[in-house]
Amino acid sequence: MEKTVKTTTRLVLIIPNKKRSIKDTEKTSKIFHIIGLVFTYVLLIAAVLVLFLPFYYMLAASCMTESQLGRGDFFPTEGNIIDNIIYNYSHTISSDGFDFPVLITNTLIVGLSTTCGSLLITILSAFAFSKLHFKGREVLFTILLATMMIPGETMVITNFSTMANMGLISLNQDAWQAYLTLILPFLANVFYIYLLRQNFKQIPDELYLASRVDGKSDWQFLWKVMVPLAMPTLITIFIMNLIDSWNSYVWPSLVILNPDFNVISVALRSTTFQVFEHEVWRPQYTWQMAATFLTTLPLLVLFIIFRKYIMHGVARAGIKG
Amino acid sequence: MEETKNNYKAWLYLAPVLILLALFTFFPIINTFVISFLDDYDYVTGANSGFTFDNYGTVLGITERIPGEPASRMMDFIRYALPNTLIITFITVPISVILALIISLLLNRIKVLHNFFQTVFFLPYVTNVIAVGMVFAIIFDKTGIFNRIFGLGDLNWVEPGADYARSMFVLCLYVIWTALPFKILIFSSGLQNIDQQYYDAAKVDGASKLKTDLKVVLPLLSPQILYISITSFISGFKEYSAVVGLFDRSYTSSGNIHNLYTVVYYIYDQLKGTNGTPHLEYAAAGCVVLFAIILVFTIVQLQVSKKRVYY
Repeated sequence: MEKTVKTTTRLVLIIPNKKRSIKDTEKTSKIFHIIGLVFTYVLLIAAVLVLFLPFYYMLAASCMTESQLGRGDFFPTEGNIIDNIIYNYSHTISSDGFDFPVLITNTLIVGLSTTCGSLLITILSAFAFSKLHFKGREVLFTILLATMMIPGETMVITNFSTMANMGLISLNQDAWQAYLTLILPFLANVFYIYLLRQNFKQIPDELYLASRVDGKSDWQFLWKVMVPLAMPTLITIFIMNLIDSWNSYVWPSLVILNPDFNVISVALRSTTFQVFEHEVWRPQYTWQMAATFLTTLPLLVLFIIFRKYIMHGVARAGIKG
Repeated sequence: MEETKNNYKAWLYLAPVLILLALFTFFPIINTFVISFLDDYDYVTGANSGFTFDNYGTVLGITERIPGEPASRMMDFIRYALPNTLIITFITVPISVILALIISLLLNRIKVLHNFFQTVFFLPYVTNVIAVGMVFAIIFDKTGIFNRIFGLGDLNWVEPGADYARSMFVLCLYVIWTALPFKILIFSSGLQNIDQQYYDAAKVDGASKLKTDLKVVLPLLSPQILYISITSFISGFKEYSAVVGLFDRSYTSSGNIHNLYTVVYYIYDQLKGTNGTPHLEYAAAGCVVLFAIILVFTIVQLQVSKKRVYY
């Protein structure tokens, strides 16, 4: 972020009033200004607290005993909190249906393959759409953009039957089949192509021509000049894509029938966390909350590290419409 | 000569994306549209008994057709899915837009900690809709913290057998919660781009801060408001994950408790098959109906905005 030195011209407008001196008027307006500011901060802090309540309670509940959560307490005060945490989390990650290491592995394999593959494809096509001249370029790009109008469910229906007919969806699907079904439909993403093309277009054509004069091929120019210059946008796309992939629920819940290849969101929703006590199975909501926290934590960490890229990318996508 | 060489090279660069889009985007769009008009479609063999409008009739509850389904299930789309989706959309979109506007305008007035607040308000955007939905379900549990704080005894909000209005209240609250961060970010970055001179001019004219916001700032923000309104209507019509996160699939799809069905929920239920056999043709018809609704609303908003949006 570059800092620009701002010369502030303060404008004070004072309407003459017979009853009060100019100084008094200025004083009251200053007091009102401070009251307004305090009020603004109080409202904003209140909004933040309300917005963060679910996060707090997710964490707090995972540190409670089951009986305390059952009473609807706000703070984890019953028992030794450290013991509660160890008890809850160790049971959560070994629950039947929520094998945490396996889920993380599956989700990461799918997420990283989708993200890297789609990044490569996005770079190639954004380059063609921004720097190469060919017949029908604008028409083709408009058609691509138009597909964004169609609800994703339209694609899901046919893709489901395509995958099923290719024999990829079955109870004994192997790792390749499972991962392919999860990755393939999401490799080409029109929105990311649009985002990167906008960025590539800002890189002046002179650079392109100059590199041609230097005898560089298009391929070299793309990887040596364009990609480094567009790095911030590429990071944005990478992170947004990874987050989307981590959060995907609908498609995996339709196509993954072999629980060995479940991804985290689906497992989180479908697992019943329970314990066998006094001859009955009792649901353990503290474990469920520990699982939701484990699902959310990587996202929060990613957000804190890549805050700038994520916010910048989302804001720009919004403003360009 | 230069052009033709470039021409063939460009297609080489585009080959991967075009092949993938052809398989997983273009073909599905056409195919789903075609399926929605096929009678007795079998997705494994592709067999069908010709062209029909009956799939739409079934979805809209006019033609009685789903074999082996109780008659009451026939009306799911018209009786539950469509009204619920409209209720969710028309309650959550205006409320979340107005709340986001208020928060962004407040945010715009402060300088100290401005970026901190902007970041904090955006944070919930990256969370998992399923996960936080489950937290909401715990908060609104019969013995949960919400009932405890407001002294409501063991009122049932989200568990099976809960009153429709109460479940809908929690669902709308959750949808608003998930919708706020994106809107706040778009509005507040739009506000940052408004030139200081407008504020100065309003001040010279003696306008109060509230009046400046309403008469000067909001019109200048109208492109962002239009964009947010169009996108949030679209995502409102496609609401699904929030319902699953909050109520789980078993709640709305078992027995007769279909009261929180949404349009997309209906589509996925038909795709999975409500009693073993998937009905892609009904899912496809539901999808085309959804697209038609979205298209109409988007066009209407664009028309209305023509006179009111200042670029």
